[in-house]
Amino acid sequence: MPETVLADTAAKAPDAPRPKRNALFGGRIPLARLRDLALVPAIVVIAIVGQIVNPVFLQTDNLINVLQTMSEIALLVLAQTMVLIVKKMDLSLESTMGLAPGVAAWLVVPTGATHGLGLLPGAWAIPLTLAVGAVIGVINALLIIRFGLNGFIVTLGMLIVLRGVLTGISGGQTFFQLPESMLYLGTAQWFGMPASIWICLALFAVAIVVLGWTSFGRSLYAIGGNVDAAKAAGIRTDRVLWIVIVTGSVLAALAGLLLSGRLASVASAQGNGYIFTVFAAAVIGGISLNGGKGTMFGAFCGILLLFMIQNVLTLGGVPAQWIGALNGLIILVALAISRITGGKVQE
Amino acid sequence: MSDGERTATPAPAPADDGQAHAGLPVVEAAGIVKRYGPTVALNGAGITIRPGETHALVGRNGAGKSTLVSVLTGLQSADEGTVTFGGSPAPRLADRDAWRQRVACVYQKSTIIPTLTVAENLFLNRHHRARGPLISWQGVRRRAQELLSTWSVDVDPQTPAGDLSVEQRQFVEIARALSFGARFIILDEPTAQLDGAAINRLFDRIRDLQRQGVTFLFISHHLQEVYEICDMVTVFRDARHIVTAPVAELPRTELVAAMTGEAAADSREERASSLDVGVTPALGVSGLEGETYQGVTFQVGAGEIVGLAGAAGSGRTEVAETVVGLRAPTAGEVEIAGNRPRLGSVPAALAAGAGFVPQDRHHQGFVPDMSIADNATLSVPKKLGQNGFLSRSRRDRLAAAMIENLAIKTPGPDLPVSALSGGNQQKVVMARALADDPKLLVLINPTAGVDVRSKEFLLGKVEETAETGTGVLIASDELDDLRMCDRVLVMFQGRVTSEIARGWHDHDLVAAMEGVDLHA
Repeated sequence: MPETVLADTAAKAPDAPRPKRNALFGGRIPLARLRDLALVPAIVVIAIVGQIVNPVFLQTDNLINVLQTMSEIALLVLAQTMVLIVKKMDLSLESTMGLAPGVAAWLVVPTGATHGLGLLPGAWAIPLTLAVGAVIGVINALLIIRFGLNGFIVTLGMLIVLRGVLTGISGGQTFFQLPESMLYLGTAQWFGMPASIWICLALFAVAIVVLGWTSFGRSLYAIGGNVDAAKAAGIRTDRVLWIVIVTGSVLAALAGLLLSGRLASVASAQGNGYIFTVFAAAVIGGISLNGGKGTMFGAFCGILLLFMIQNVLTLGGVPAQWIGALNGLIILVALAISRITGGKVQE
Repeated sequence: MSDGERTATPAPAPADDGQAHAGLPVVEAAGIVKRYGPTVALNGAGITIRPGETHALVGRNGAGKSTLVSVLTGLQSADEGTVTFGGSPAPRLADRDAWRQRVACVYQKSTIIPTLTVAENLFLNRHHRARGPLISWQGVRRRAQELLSTWSVDVDPQTPAGDLSVEQRQFVEIARALSFGARFIILDEPTAQLDGAAINRLFDRIRDLQRQGVTFLFISHHLQEVYEICDMVTVFRDARHIVTAPVAELPRTELVAAMTGEAAADSREERASSLDVGVTPALGVSGLEGETYQGVTFQVGAGEIVGLAGAAGSGRTEVAETVVGLRAPTAGEVEIAGNRPRLGSVPAALAAGAGFVPQDRHHQGFVPDMSIADNATLSVPKKLGQNGFLSRSRRDRLAAAMIENLAIKTPGPDLPVSALSGGNQQKVVMARALADDPKLLVLINPTAGVDVRSKEFLLGKVEETAETGTGVLIASDELDDLRMCDRVLVMFQGRVTSEIARGWHDHDLVAAMEGVDLHA
């Protein structure tokens, strides 16, 4: 009897009593998921305020501009969100974003004006960038998982080392004359929108599905929520952590590629200081720094909200000298907004 | 992970059909030796559990119970010895699925992931998929609902697991264990955090499942529970197997003797009242109102021991926590040894002369990684030196006196508290409560999760303290804690409903706590 109950439920018609409480839209969307939509009202409000401040705000060109400028950093948010959900942190993402395309440019750009070596043909640039990202991820994972070092400090160290390596190989200068292949993703237009926006949106869509609807994605939450329980449930926790950390670094390398393509250069300070915005966006989007909580959609809303507020301020004619101070203020305000609309104490 | 679909369908485990293998034990461990470095955790110990029985495993802290559990559940391999399930040897350690079909354990520490829903916890890593790689949440919810109703667990599968009560969490964990096909379940101190009514519900559930052919290994510090629910009992002491006998044939005194290695007095003698009416009462509470209690008024005289009994949710814990300032009341007054501390402030209550042992030592009792000395002197910095500077030598002297006074088993005051056994941890918490020679001592569940010996010791210490003129308030539903009280105030649904003088019978007090009048 008890054995048979579970055996063939898949074949049975869904006539089981469906829980009505906590469920909306015929039980399809549990109330818990609606919490992810907490930032949507805030985004709508900012859009209305933006439109009042300057009618340019809601024009397609401006919106595309907002999406494109945030697309690179949004990929870092995506990577960091995965890492935060498994209760780790990766500070080195921002220098990976600079170093990965930096190494590619170093090996590909011809000698002459910049510090390039010109050893490899231009077609190698993209694979090289992603490979450098993967290698950095493997080093991080090795130190954190294999050797059991503290993830925060390991990636802090990596952040400094990688930044230094980029300064070293570039001689503190900017790489120009990047090959066609490196420029393509940052400059191409697909169906009337920059390719980087498509890539960003597509990756977020994939991440939302993976984290919400696959056992692999759910194992991230299990590990972040209670790693012992996850192990007891038969999840190979170390393997999942490896995949998350390495994927995160590869995503950061891709973000770097998009940024370098758009700016047609790799500055030695590329990505510098991004990590603070990334963390702010994740927390605003409802990702818990204690692991196991938050969704990809929330994280996307977080970074979108930040960039919309920034855009509104620019359109409002705020002097450029004040943008730095305002950026910090925006993070605090956005955090407060998400606390109000989310209604939960942030951790 | 690709085999998630298949493992969700429990294959009949060898131990399933008790009839076919009636002769073979569900599990048999023999000659198990397990060493951790120089410590021998199990020394040739063994246990045999027959189908359908509820088998108790008792022993003092450190007797090797937990080690045996981790060997029986395949979390650790034994250095020597064999484990068999229904006559066939145990699976490889790496084969988690095979282990889960044979045995499941509900640990004291939750193996539920608080941030996920109940449904997802039940089917973690074996989610229901309609087709393709994507999870069908509808299917997961439906199957969770079915599983929970099969075993009549009244929990909404959509609630976040973190919102469950301890009792609900245990039922969910039991249901999950059964869904893997295991018909042998280890309960590791399941009653430690439950109140009387919940324990009864748990026992009803255990009897129910027992009738359906589930075998239990029950680990508990509470011997009366062993007599209530178990058929067989096995005693471990100092990493060795001492005795296995039917519960009915082993009287309480002999059981305690087997656990401690010496004959223990069956019951403590009556203590003489140490109430001193000539001195200001240690505690006066009048008209106290809070979210979960109303109109609470009582006094504790100097040198008097007063019990505050009641089921979980009766408000007893909240009242005690209000007295020491952990909670603020909405109305009413608290007077500690003639002083009126600011309500809702722990420092004010301590300054007024209170000392207390909080409800959950792991959460509020101590800082696990700090040393015994630091923990014990945490609340009395002014005794450690002047001008805000602490004197190490003075701290160590103070701590050494406490360690001796409370007979804490430790190589020295520098050991982190987390390295101590449960009983000794509680002694550290008690030492801190006594550190400032309080006029009023408030104890909330002082002996939860503490072995028999430490329990007697702690309660003895309380009596000693009362004799020095300290008033004691014990908020607990543990009858052994309340037995030495001069009087017991019983709370029911937020009100003090009756006062019982010393010399009560167990059933009177239990009835009062449950709100039943036996003499009506």
